[in-house]
Amino acid sequence: MRRVLSVIAGLLIAGLAWEGYKAVGNPEGTVLFGVRVLPRADDLSMPHLATIADRLGAPELAGGRPVWQVVLDACVFTLGITAAGFVAGALIGLVLAVAMQRFRIVERGLLPYVILSQTVPLVALAPLIAGWGGVVMPPWATVAVIAAYLAFFPVAVGMLRGLQSPSASGVELMRSYAAGWWRTLVKLRFPAALPYLFPALRLAGAAAVVGAVVGEISTGTRGGIGRLIIEYSREATSDPAKVYTAMLGAALLGLLVAAAVSLLEVPLMRHRRHVEVVTL
Amino acid sequence: MRRTRIFASIIAASTLILAGCGTADETATPAPGASGALTPIKLQLQWFYQAQFAGYIAAVDQGFYKEQGLDVELIEGGVDIVPQTVLAQGKADYAVAWVPKALASREQGAGITDVGQIFARSGTYQVAWADSGIKTAADLKGKKVGNWGFGNEFELFAGMTKAGIDPGKDVTLVQQQFDMQALLKKEIDAAQAMSYNEYAQLLEAKNPATGKLYTAADFSIIDWKTEGSSMLQDAVWANTEKLDDPAYQQQTVKFLTATIQGWAFCRDNAEKCRDLVIAKGSKLGKSHQLWQMNEVNKLIWPATGGIGVIDEAAWKQTVDISQTTKNQTGDSVLTKAPEGLAYTNDYINKAVEAAKTAGVDVNGTGFAPATVTLEEGGA
Repeated sequence: MRRVLSVIAGLLIAGLAWEGYKAVGNPEGTVLFGVRVLPRADDLSMPHLATIADRLGAPELAGGRPVWQVVLDACVFTLGITAAGFVAGALIGLVLAVAMQRFRIVERGLLPYVILSQTVPLVALAPLIAGWGGVVMPPWATVAVIAAYLAFFPVAVGMLRGLQSPSASGVELMRSYAAGWWRTLVKLRFPAALPYLFPALRLAGAAAVVGAVVGEISTGTRGGIGRLIIEYSREATSDPAKVYTAMLGAALLGLLVAAAVSLLEVPLMRHRRHVEVVTL
Repeated sequence: MRRTRIFASIIAASTLILAGCGTADETATPAPGASGALTPIKLQLQWFYQAQFAGYIAAVDQGFYKEQGLDVELIEGGVDIVPQTVLAQGKADYAVAWVPKALASREQGAGITDVGQIFARSGTYQVAWADSGIKTAADLKGKKVGNWGFGNEFELFAGMTKAGIDPGKDVTLVQQQFDMQALLKKEIDAAQAMSYNEYAQLLEAKNPATGKLYTAADFSIIDWKTEGSSMLQDAVWANTEKLDDPAYQQQTVKFLTATIQGWAFCRDNAEKCRDLVIAKGSKLGKSHQLWQMNEVNKLIWPATGGIGVIDEAAWKQTVDISQTTKNQTGDSVLTKAPEGLAYTNDYINKAVEAAKTAGVDVNGTGFAPATVTLEEGGA
């Protein structure tokens, strides 16, 4: 209950800040030494919240469905892509982390490339992957690949740290029980890695959302919120509130994914206390 | 034993990496000319479905491609999709692209040829407020001039150079977004706009002072066609290497024939074509789409030499500007004259003949543009 209230309070404050800035801010923006330090507060740059709400209720095109339905549909579509990318990325990250923990040579050989992978600009990568659409996989799946590409990284790195976290005494204890690598992994390393895994998963969730939205923008994949942002922003000249409706949708999507990932924690983190006894 | 296990897992790990990063799959374009069955063709467009591509959409919808034995799939573009690259990589059979940009890709090694210059004229404007006194390129001196960059700016730069303005010194260049807010907010004095898109967006916006839509009288237009610095835009590009193959040659003629039919159909049925584009799921409103259709028709028709036939003089002007005009970073589109088969009229001439025989008006001499009223937000 308190959490719900605090979320509502947060939204209220954000809304007040928006309208408050519009009320006191210079419509031309504040320029210091030729650099705009504060944004313009005019209706073209920052439409009133009421205008945006109106726009959500109004039809997208004359006689069409209301904007909120279109935005919600797009959110659901992108949520699907994000979920696919997140699951695939998390699995790949897990497997890589386990492989890197098991064999130092893999860690030495692979870790630099795992880090390097995140420095490849998405702009270069997206057209390449988009080319698979309709050939190797459906077009939406290429966007999921981009999401997975961003999502696997925090899991691989975080999980590796986690798997390496049990103390030497814990590992030796397992050895004294004649537990093999697999046993040690399941009984000791996985439980010990959980506190590292969840922050990593949260990062991966955020990365998957970014990957899905940017991937859609980049490849022009139809149906999702990224494409909608680009389509609505083209109309920003005459209909500035419209693009904000799509951005609200993207924000909603981010919140949904964050909530879903933190829900994952609830059943798994119950083990945690039990684990600590073993590791210490 | 231990060693083999290590190697096995290294192999496993590398397979995973490959699965994660991957390499582009080479997709073989299906051999054309199979008798009986339709030949599948992929056409890469520059952007999302809009009336700019209405001719191709209509040719699919009205079955013109099918009559030629082709099963054409239109592929939408995206922010990072470069049609001529997609074509050169063999992921599409034909692509629609602007001539200067495609020539730049050619210089970097893309093996592509202009086989049909669908848009004979350029649709690029520089738009200013009517009360600013900017009417010609020469008036831009000392002003804040918006431009899109990324190779979309060369008509503007050539026009300014021609008018005796040094684009590097005499104007303040501003990188412009793909909407017209900067002009409306008077952050810039003149903005780049396509006649069929951004200019229409201005006329769909409400003037806060009057509460009514802006009108054409509020703005003045510098048209690069009249300034003599226009460059060729939308053209159909084919894969140069494959043009050696007689089957691909035939297929190209057939493809162009149906494309001509599609554009002729949209000239005569602008409203029907607008509806086709909307049915394709375009998010742009009805009146905007009709405006775009009408403006695009103006860029094509009348086509004295037949639609798509490349005009030597216009081509030369495009190439000259591409080689000589420098943008703000001192780059020109091309460093040398295009080598090899940059364009050919061989196929379009055959296609024009074929279309004519089929009773299609390929010149559109009688074409008269309509007057389109734009609604707020293009609705």
